Amino acid sequence: MNIHEYQGKEILRQYGVAVPNGKVAFTVDEAVKVGKELGSSVSVVKAQIHAGGRGKAGGVKIAKNEEEVRTYAEEILGKTLITHQTGPEGKEVKRLLIEEGCDIKQEYYVGLVLDRATSKVTMMASEEGGTEIEEVAAETPEKIFKEVIDPVTGLMPYQARRLAFNINIPNEYLGKAVKFMMNLYQAFVEKDCSIAEINPLVTTGDGEVLALDAKLNFDDNALFRQKGIVEYRDLDEEDQKEIDASKYDLSYIALDGNIGCMVNGAGLAMATMDIIKHYHGDPANFLDVGGGATAEKVTEAFKIILSDKNVKGIFVNIFGGIMKCDVIADGVVEATKQVGLTIPLVVRLEGTNVKQGKEILADSGLNITTAESMADGAEKIVALVNG
Amino acid sequence: MSVFINKDTKVLVQGITGSTALFHTKQMLEYGTKIVAGVTPKKGGTEVEGVPVYNTVEEAVTKTGANASVIYVPAPFAADAIIEAVDAELDLVICITEHIPVIDMVKVKRYMEGKKTRLVGPNCPGVITPDECKIGIMPGYIHKKGHIGVVSRSGTLTYEAVHQLSQNGYGQSTAVGIGGDPVNGTDFIDTLKAFNDDPETEAVMMIGEIGGTAEEEAAEWVKENMTKPVVGFIGGRTAPPGKRMGHAGAIISGGKGTAEEKIKVMNSCGIEVAETPSVMGETMIKVLEKNNLVEKCKTH
Repeated sequence: MNIHEYQGKEILRQYGVAVPNGKVAFTVDEAVKVGKELGSSVSVVKAQIHAGGRGKAGGVKIAKNEEEVRTYAEEILGKTLITHQTGPEGKEVKRLLIEEGCDIKQEYYVGLVLDRATSKVTMMASEEGGTEIEEVAAETPEKIFKEVIDPVTGLMPYQARRLAFNINIPNEYLGKAVKFMMNLYQAFVEKDCSIAEINPLVTTGDGEVLALDAKLNFDDNALFRQKGIVEYRDLDEEDQKEIDASKYDLSYIALDGNIGCMVNGAGLAMATMDIIKHYHGDPANFLDVGGGATAEKVTEAFKIILSDKNVKGIFVNIFGGIMKCDVIADGVVEATKQVGLTIPLVVRLEGTNVKQGKEILADSGLNITTAESMADGAEKIVALVNG
Repeated sequence: MSVFINKDTKVLVQGITGSTALFHTKQMLEYGTKIVAGVTPKKGGTEVEGVPVYNTVEEAVTKTGANASVIYVPAPFAADAIIEAVDAELDLVICITEHIPVIDMVKVKRYMEGKKTRLVGPNCPGVITPDECKIGIMPGYIHKKGHIGVVSRSGTLTYEAVHQLSQNGYGQSTAVGIGGDPVNGTDFIDTLKAFNDDPETEAVMMIGEIGGTAEEEAAEWVKENMTKPVVGFIGGRTAPPGKRMGHAGAIISGGKGTAEEKIKVMNSCGIEVAETPSVMGETMIKVLEKNNLVEKCKTH
């Protein structure tokens, strides 16, 4: 799960990770009010969307007085920002973060992620602050330093010091930088983060070490014990179909194509997208109905697929293990009756109770094309959709 | 012979009284798996499906001599269940549970360092040695006894591969689902090693997917060590970056973990990779032909 920068900074503040003073604003008037409260000579007006690259897209402005706060707030609120992470359609700005400006001496990068090779959390740091870490990794990998963290001890002060020395943080900031990293790690594990990225971390003229930006993502599997994080969820930032799917425990991801897919199992669902592409079709989504799908869940899955106006045909690919083919068939028939299917539907069933499943489809009198294998199904749906 | 499990494996089921566990306990018993005990706290002294239930894993092991465990307990309690099983010094723990928080698995993995127990999973379909022992949730009937080892990060894709092999007359020695999580127990290399040492296994089908670099590392290991042919498949060629494709571990992040990269490395290490999921079986047969293994591996 993703949250906004201002929410991330609220969490960091709770853990003693220094961030600039600032507050969220939903309207221009609120923005001006926050600017006044801050009382700083310079303030920053920052668009709050779940995507990076906001600065380049014109979503971050430096205001030198109250009037400029108003001007920039008016300009950015309601604007659609297009960055390399939003896709070509962009994202509308509905919230602003108004923040105190600061006297930046130097910019750095500090991030925490899970390192899959060691199965441990790893802190990464670089003196190339402000640049995307992927870019640094590609161009100057020697400038990225890593510390693998033992979950028993947590991040040790010597590791934080070593990172700070490696990225050339001056000695006068060392104490604060170490505290910053230690607290950031604490926030990461206690809040079940999947990513915590501070880019840039800055040293300031008045001796502070601050998180100028904060990108915090969370482990969806841990949200059951992170009620506070769940409250930060901003549905405006999510795809409506993905929200609907999550209500029914369906794993759905919207894509750009026109062939809707309904599959059981994540691996098979991915492979189904691949094989559609192999036959020169374009999948409209990834959808894993899971192992314990009921007829009701299948119906909902169908409705979600069909709510995507780009969908011109549907491919159902089921390998019943635990999931029984007759249950899927019932669901498909029920859904087709409920939503009145007008586009081609290809169904491939295999595995547990396949015979009963095929009979249900055949007896339904519905216009369903059956397929004998994955390849057969993919070929058929592509032919039907591409005409 | 086989890897990890066989007809003598004595299994205990953790969380046996839950509905999913009960269903699969029945299925496993029908398949012939030796299930000797179940564990559910506070249900000790009862019996389900003729299997005695105990309050703790330690007690179940002492009373029944179980040497493997399968875990169906819900995600919030699964890490505790794994560590309880490791503490009871079982040889093998197979964790079916999905959605375990990553931080929990980081701790489990650290706890297991230096311990004798092998963990398979979490978020996996389990392990099956056809006609001997089935531990997990896979449909038993699609498997046939034979000489192809199967190792996979995905459940349903394993079924697809096994089905294609069985349909064509090629049985399996053991099929191991290592699970779709970013932090898991047994990995590709552990399983490949076991297959390499197993006299019953003649060739291996390795099914990976986007995310992480486990397939690349395994491919390098194969190149250096494997004496048996390996055939691969990677799911997620068309997956967009930055999106978790169902499995917690199936994500391309920072340009890393793409299918293209994995396939490239696998090919360069001598692993033939199936072009589509539909031809996993065919690709294996081609490779068996090339290695003169058809006669040895054709089982039915």
